[in-house]
Amino acid sequence: MPESLTKFIFGRLTLESLPLHEPIVVATFVVVALGGLALLGAVTYFKLWGYLWREWFTSVDHKKIGIMYMVLGLVMLLRGFSDAIMMRLQQAIAFNGSEGYLNAHHYDQIFTAHGVIMIFFVAMPFVTGLMNFVVPLQIGARDVSFPFLNNFSFWMTVGGAILVMASLFVGEFARTGWLAYPPLSGINYSPDVGVDYYIWALQVAGVGTTLSGINLICTIIKMRAPGMTMMRMPVFTWTSLCTNVLIVASFPVLTAVLTLLALDRYVGTNFFTNDFGGNPMMYVNLIWIWGHPEVYILILPLFGVFSEVTSTFSGKRLFGYTSMVYATVVITILSYLVWLHHFFTMGSGASVNSFFGITTMIISIPTGAKMFNWLFTMYRGRIRFELPMMWTVAFMLTFVVGGMTGVLLAVPPADFVLHNSLFLIAHFHNVIIGGVLFGLFAGIAYWWPKAFGFRLDPFWGKVSFWCWVLGFWFAFMPLYILGLMGVTRRMRVFDDPSLQIWFVIAAFGAVLIAAGIAAFLVQIFVSIRKRAELVDVTGDPWDGRTLEWSTSSPPPAYNFAFTPIIRDNDAWWDMKKAGYRRPLSGFKPIHMPKNTGTGVILAVFSVALGFGLIWYMWWLAALSFVCLIATAIGHTFNYHRDFDIPAAEVAQTEEARTALLAAEGARA
Amino acid sequence: MSAHDHAGHDHAHGGVAHGSLKGYLVGFFLSVILTAIPFWMVMTGAIDNKQATAIIVMAFAAVQIVVHMIFFLHMNPASEGGWSMLALIFTVILVVIVLSGSLWVMYHLNANMMPGLHEMQQMP
Repeated sequence: MPESLTKFIFGRLTLESLPLHEPIVVATFVVVALGGLALLGAVTYFKLWGYLWREWFTSVDHKKIGIMYMVLGLVMLLRGFSDAIMMRLQQAIAFNGSEGYLNAHHYDQIFTAHGVIMIFFVAMPFVTGLMNFVVPLQIGARDVSFPFLNNFSFWMTVGGAILVMASLFVGEFARTGWLAYPPLSGINYSPDVGVDYYIWALQVAGVGTTLSGINLICTIIKMRAPGMTMMRMPVFTWTSLCTNVLIVASFPVLTAVLTLLALDRYVGTNFFTNDFGGNPMMYVNLIWIWGHPEVYILILPLFGVFSEVTSTFSGKRLFGYTSMVYATVVITILSYLVWLHHFFTMGSGASVNSFFGITTMIISIPTGAKMFNWLFTMYRGRIRFELPMMWTVAFMLTFVVGGMTGVLLAVPPADFVLHNSLFLIAHFHNVIIGGVLFGLFAGIAYWWPKAFGFRLDPFWGKVSFWCWVLGFWFAFMPLYILGLMGVTRRMRVFDDPSLQIWFVIAAFGAVLIAAGIAAFLVQIFVSIRKRAELVDVTGDPWDGRTLEWSTSSPPPAYNFAFTPIIRDNDAWWDMKKAGYRRPLSGFKPIHMPKNTGTGVILAVFSVALGFGLIWYMWWLAALSFVCLIATAIGHTFNYHRDFDIPAAEVAQTEEARTALLAAEGARA
Repeated sequence: MSAHDHAGHDHAHGGVAHGSLKGYLVGFFLSVILTAIPFWMVMTGAIDNKQATAIIVMAFAAVQIVVHMIFFLHMNPASEGGWSMLALIFTVILVVIVLSGSLWVMYHLNANMMPGLHEMQQMP
């Protein structure tokens, strides 16, 4: 084949692009390939493809999409954590002239991939999944406002994840750090495909995130059950609303700034170059205008989870509901006024730095108010230390430390000493693990029975809990100390042997966290095996307060046979106190959206488009772009989007539940 | 398609105010006028001062944005139960923060650089 033709077909993809010279990557590929083949084989053997396609991949049911988001987050957590433990191992052994076991080329990809994956493909899917599953149930709706869009959003997120995963085996990932600052990420200093993988993975996933944000805002504003005024919404729904407002307002900035970077790389513009009037600082400025709201996008929904868990397991109405709502809204606005604290050291004068330093300190006030609200909710409550409550207490103890080191970093002179040191790394892991991740585990333990109809096994949950909490403290407290001693982030080898002991302790912490993740997986496995023992037929295993506990577990496709009427903040608690009886007759047909495979198809074309752009396969990019647009337009002519669940079927589902409840009542 | 049961919602109030032909025509002519005047000013150079011209063109653009929002997007304080207005105010606040903040930040990024050779020589 002539060289020009090969180049036309494959762009810059050659056999040398495959990382065959990296034994670690090859071994990983072999393991992943064998595992993947085993999985695909099992699905084929048990003839599950049709089931998965009909019931899950094409589903527009917000509950199933929520669960699929959680699965995506979990799978990517394993990848992101593998990167983490590899870094910990490298740093623990690269002393006394040892180069460790990772070369610089590989190590730089690992720390970049770790950051990108943990934020975009672990934390974001987990948070979005939780919101997707819970919000419609909490507001008494039957689905989200735009069910097809929801499915499409999910598959675009998967598409981004697939591009990041592909970079491990085909070509390489960025070596720039997780925000890809230019000029390093410019075409002159990163001519390879790494940064292009980064750009297109985030652009594809970003479409999904933004659309899902629009969808959930619309759902919360338009589809609340009658009687649920804004100030009667559950706190989780409030924090979800604020999070999605932040998503819609900030992700376009990320999209724009990555587009400008892509233009610099692909068509030779000079937005962020050193010459011709470009200014790399503008990239840093813009990406943090997205980046700071992003951290609140991650934490706010979990503040909602902690609020729900605290009030449920204390058996009390949430203390200071109104102040909780206002604190959330104030954080939403303030999160747009602090972005410069990520680059105090880039040369701004005293006026700019002190303004952003002070706004940053102010943001700790509403956060502190929330902390006191949770404490006062627990005060004189009848606290049940079930798993979700344990995670909540661990969060309160851990997060406060992270918050205080954050206020410390908000002081510009202190930041000049600590900027880009391991102190910063310890700080943001302290708030992200101690806040976001602990919150996710609390949320998963709390809503798992709602999603599947049986509880999670408490023993393995507690094993996971203690491994995670202790592991976190072992892994990151040494980093605070090292940071104070001046050790900077992203180092591969060290000269000073006295530092080694701290890195060894941190690596031990990472091993404990690995045990925590393993115990979590065991917990899921054991719970599924023991599901008959852990079953909950009431639909309300925790004596809950909000509307999602009023329906069966798992909820029927239509969520609620009749739209509930809301009279109080804690709607279900109020209904239980008022002696609510489930309606047993008078069911009507329920109008529901129909499944569609268009979301999957659009995402496949998007991945192909991204892949074509990354490898300069212009024919592939053009072809998939045309197919993408054609499919999207074609879908607008699909008029068979809805159907009615017949009244008889609703009656049958509800009767089955009545029988179950009666049997349970007889047994009790 | 929404799966939502619309019973219990009242669409008579707080819905979108759909425009009338008159409204669209008023909006159209206002837009034409607001475009034609800046065009004329730039083409004929009616005002000698270029900076003043630029400012006036921007002012006309801002007014035209408002015209579009009122006549084409049918926004008024009551539309969608006040949500449109709230969203607009929020958006304007964020855009102002982002634009003014970025300008402020970018003009101050040289304030605290490493001391160069010049400053070093003047040090005691």
